Formats: sequence, C-alpha cells, structure tokens
Amino acid sequence: MQSFNMTSHISGKFNEELESLKNAVLAMGGEVELYLNRTLTALKTNDRRAAEKVVLGDDAVNNMELRIDEECMRIIARRHPAASDLRLILTVVKINVDVERIGDEVERIARMVANGQIPVSERIKADMFDIGHLILDMFQSTLNAFARMDDAAAEAVHARDQKVDEQYKQLLIEVIQEMQKKDEIDPAWLEVLWSLRSMERIGDRCKNICEYVIYFVRGVNLRHK
Amino acid sequence: MLANQRRKQDHSDDIAIDVEQLSLRFGDKVALRNISLQIPKQSITAIIGPSGCGKSTLIACFNRLTDLNPEAKVSGNVYINGRNIYHAKQNVPALRTQVGMVFQQPNPFPISIYENVVYGLRIKGITDRRILDDIVERSLFQAALWDEVKDILFQSALKLSGGQQQRLVIARALALDPDILMLDEPTSALDPISTLMIEELIFQLKEQHTVIVVTHNLQQAARVSDQTAFLNNGELIEYSSTDVMFTMPLEQQTEAFITGRFG
Repeated sequence: MQSFNMTSHISGKFNEELESLKNAVLAMGGEVELYLNRTLTALKTNDRRAAEKVVLGDDAVNNMELRIDEECMRIIARRHPAASDLRLILTVVKINVDVERIGDEVERIARMVANGQIPVSERIKADMFDIGHLILDMFQSTLNAFARMDDAAAEAVHARDQKVDEQYKQLLIEVIQEMQKKDEIDPAWLEVLWSLRSMERIGDRCKNICEYVIYFVRGVNLRHK
Repeated sequence: MLANQRRKQDHSDDIAIDVEQLSLRFGDKVALRNISLQIPKQSITAIIGPSGCGKSTLIACFNRLTDLNPEAKVSGNVYINGRNIYHAKQNVPALRTQVGMVFQQPNPFPISIYENVVYGLRIKGITDRRILDDIVERSLFQAALWDEVKDILFQSALKLSGGQQQRLVIARALALDPDILMLDEPTSALDPISTLMIEELIFQLKEQHTVIVVTHNLQQAARVSDQTAFLNNGELIEYSSTDVMFTMPLEQQTEAFITGRFG
C-alpha cells in the first residue's frame, strides 16, 4: 500500500495548505458531532432550550462548509494537485458536502425537540435515543477513519450502516403501530418520523464518507456497488 | 515627461515599487503603454503575458537596464521605496545593487563557487576574508544551496547542475543584500524538481525581500505569487491578487489568456 505523507512536498506552504484543509474538515466534523451529542441529550432530558441552541449553531457549520469549498477551489487553481493530492482535494470536496448535510439532519432532529414534538411513548423515545447513539458512534468512527486515512477502519464503519437501517425499519413499524392506536393522528408523530429518517440518512452519509476515504487510499470507487 | 521631484509626496512605507503612468518606446515601437501599479514590500509578484507583451521590458525599467539600449525612451515615473529612480541624481550602479536580477539561463562565471558569490562584493571593494566568508555562507544558505556545496566551495561553478547553478546565481544576487529581487523566467531551463526547489526558495525569500517573477508558466505564477500582473501588447490588463486572478479574474482578456484561449 502507498503511504500518504502530506508533509513531504518540496513546497512547505503546500504541505501547510493540505494539512490545514484536512484539519478544517475535522473541525467542522467535530462541531457537527458535538451538536449531535447535545441533541441526543436534549431528546433524553426534554431540554428544549438546549435543542434551540443546536438549531442556531447550524449557521456556523454552513460557514465552515463555504470556507472549505473556497479553499479547495483556491488550491486547485494555484497548486494544480496531482495523484494523491488530487484525490485528497476531491475527497475533501465530497466529504465537506456530506458533513454539512449531516449538520442539516442534526438540525432537523434538534428542531423536533425544540418544538416539543417528542414521542409520548417512553419506549419509542428510548429506542430513538439508542439509534441516535449508534449513528453518533458511527459518525465519530467515520471522522477517525478520515483523520488517519485508514481504509480498513472506513470499511468496518461502512458495514455498520446495515444495523442502523435494520433498527430504523423496526422503529418505523413501532411508530406506525403507536400512531394507529388513536383515531386521530398526532402531528408530533410526523416530526418523529422525519427525525428518524434524518438519523437513517446520517448513517448513509457516514457510509458515503467512508467510501471517499477508501477511494482516497486505494483509488477504488465503492459507490453504487 | 519624467517628474523632477526625487521623493514621492504620498509614499506609503508598505510599497516597494510604485509605477506611475510608465511608457516605453524603442524608436517608433511602443513597448509599454501607460502602466501604473504598486508592488507591496515583502511579497511575491508574478508578471505574466504572451511572448513580446513587455514583461521583461517592464522589470528592466525597475533597475534601469533599459538605459543600456540607446533607442529606449522612458516616460512616467518609477519610485522605489519612495524615491524616483529616473531622477537625474540617481546612482544607477547603486540602484542595481538594491534591485537584483536573475535571468532565464543560469549564468555563473567560469570561476569557483565562492568567487561567484563574492563577485559583486569584491567590485564594491570588500576584501576582509571573514566578512566575505560570512556572506558566502549566509547567501548560499538563503539560496538553499549551502548543504550541497559547502565542501566544494573552491571548485568551478560550471560543474554544478543547472538547478544548482541557478540557485548559485540567486546566491550571488543575495550577497549584495538587495531590497528587491527580480527573476526573469528563472526556471524555464530547469527540470520539474529543480523548478519546485527554486519556487520554494522564492517563497522563503519574501520574508526579507520583495520578489518579482516574470514567467511564461501560468502554473508557476499561481503557485508562488501573492499578486499577479497580466500584460498584453504592452498594456497592463489586470493586476489582482493571485487568488482572484486564477479563480475569478476581473477582465475577460485575462480569463481568455489563463484558460488557454489565446496567447
């Protein structure tokens, strides 16, 4: 396997640029991870104000996305990256989108809590919290795999999405059963369904990021396979 | 008409070279038309443009190399550190010490590496061996050549590779401690690795010097410079930060040139 050393260019400035680009993605990921964690805690404790703060925080993540995009464009224009450098820039461009979208999904879940539309059923709330922790764990592992450009770790995380999908389907059935217990549908349940969908999508996006890490290391595309 | 005043009234200390409505003709042929630009201190400025657009002629105005051509007629002003270099009282040899120049083909003299570096110092009358030794080491170190030549200082400079020769020529220019270093196509005769080494050196030099690079290589301009001037047919078409120039140039002509649609 090739070894990827971003600090071995003759140009010290180019080394710095790549290193700081990668760090910027990790910083953005760290921010989204923090918001996801806070959202899950807010869900567990019915803390609407904490959830509101997460909703407001999404702007910061959006700004980070724009800055990373601009920096990628600047590096392409000025450095004309090739081989692993080019793959790194493409990887960052794509991961940047996925991390920002994960931020949007977290915002949606936080909005549900902030609006007080949390499940009345304690069992469903607990299951939701569990699946939330599965995706939080998956997202943390995804960021670690990216930080180390560890394709084996990325592959392992990639496989974990199946469990998220299974739990999501199971939970959907439970929610629908709960909804059918009453003649009239409580609109809060729709928010719960959307939030569950967001959690499932976060799993998918982690999977995407892992595919990009594998693409960077091996030069092989796993997408759509 | 050249202005008579020696010092520029509204000079800013951040500006190394201030060009005001500079035009130059060789006989009937206009080589530069009414160029105005300001080059900040301790930055790297790239000058790009198609062959014959006036890039080298423009920088030749900055150390009055144009004086060597009796047909050259200059109008407008060039201020270096606020002083008009076309003023009648300008000491031209001193100007060329202050504004060093490196050319496309490495041109070391057929003498030792050491003597190449101290050549200009000897002309200035410096003979103290310790001073010369110090400057040789400092200049070669700055030019990122010291480690490669420290044991062969008294061997002929002509034995060095092309990339090493070009770094030696840069060291020779640095030995005179210029404020401004101008490099005219410094890497066009070099292989890609030597090119990257010279570019890294250019980047390091801006800590202490103002650097101007004339280049045909657009990618090089994009890699090394802080701001870029695009010349065409003797006119300054655009002078922007390099980030702007290579991502969203302001002028249609610049866009066409850097995307390979003319030139």
